[in-house]
Amino acid sequence: MNSIHYHYIVDGEDFARAGEASSSLKSKLKQLGLSPDVIRRCSIAIYEGEINMVIHANGGDIDVDIFPEKIVMVLKDTGPGIPDIDLAMQAGWSTAKEDIHDLGFGAGMGLPNMKKSSDEMNIETEIGVGTTVTMVINVTS
Amino acid sequence: MVVADIIKLLDAKVISQDIDMNHPVKTVCGSDMMSDVLAFVKQDAVLLTGLNNLQVLRTAEMMDIVCIVFVRGKTPSPEMIEMADELNIYLLGTQYTMFDTCGILYEAGLRGGRKVNE
Ligand SMILES: Nc1ncnc2c1ncn2[C@@H]1O[C@H](COP(=O)(O)OP(=O)(O)OP(=O)(O)O)[C@@H](O)[C@H]1O
Ligand SMILES: [Mg+2]
Repeated sequence: MNSIHYHYIVDGEDFARAGEASSSLKSKLKQLGLSPDVIRRCSIAIYEGEINMVIHANGGDIDVDIFPEKIVMVLKDTGPGIPDIDLAMQAGWSTAKEDIHDLGFGAGMGLPNMKKSSDEMNIETEIGVGTTVTMVINVTS
Repeated sequence: MVVADIIKLLDAKVISQDIDMNHPVKTVCGSDMMSDVLAFVKQDAVLLTGLNNLQVLRTAEMMDIVCIVFVRGKTPSPEMIEMADELNIYLLGTQYTMFDTCGILYEAGLRGGRKVNE
């Protein structure tokens, strides 16, 4: 089936620029005339994921496919991987230190919020290789 | 309540160039943690924060936040002011601390998102 595809490269070195991919996707979704609820859920999910790619990994690639019935977002990084996904998914669990807190992140809320905002979420991770988070948001007409 | 009421209540300095004084405001979120903001903010919200970086604006953009009030006299950088203008997010500054800012707005009838588990 035909989809609209967007590709973003996330720079892992530059915290100030984190969120540029999310910002760009949000304007695209608005232009496409998707519902405010879908736009909001996509925006939260991709932004939390993009921030994670910058603060916990070394950046990476985001691929978004927009189908008539769903939006699929794949966030792939080459960071350290997540040792225990169940633990990482718990609200409030974070490995972030003081320097990340000072930037306004590291409350351990990102992954649970990504799960809550999407209709399906899957995490593939390998220690020392990287993490791929796939999120699907259904477009209800 | 509208933006003009917030300015008056908080004796706030208007930082943004263009501001719609009559834009409605329905809820408030006060936090220096952007992931809390991303988890709890509702529609037509004002964000109260002491955090001062570009991610405050990105977060506000993602959540369609109407206006950001920098508490305890924090001032955003020129780069932040420019970005906020582009995103059409209004920036205000107040000398009140976070606690007092929240208290003043609560007393005036504004609310947050109730309990997070409801
Ligand atoms: N892409 C990733 N690569 C490696 N580790 C990750 C990645 N994403 C999340 N983690 C790990 O999972 C933990 C929980 O992530 P989560 O996004 O829920 O919280 P956080 O990023 O620490 O804080 P917050 O999202 O509230 O700012 C992180 O502290 C980190 O240890
Ligand atoms: Mg996170």
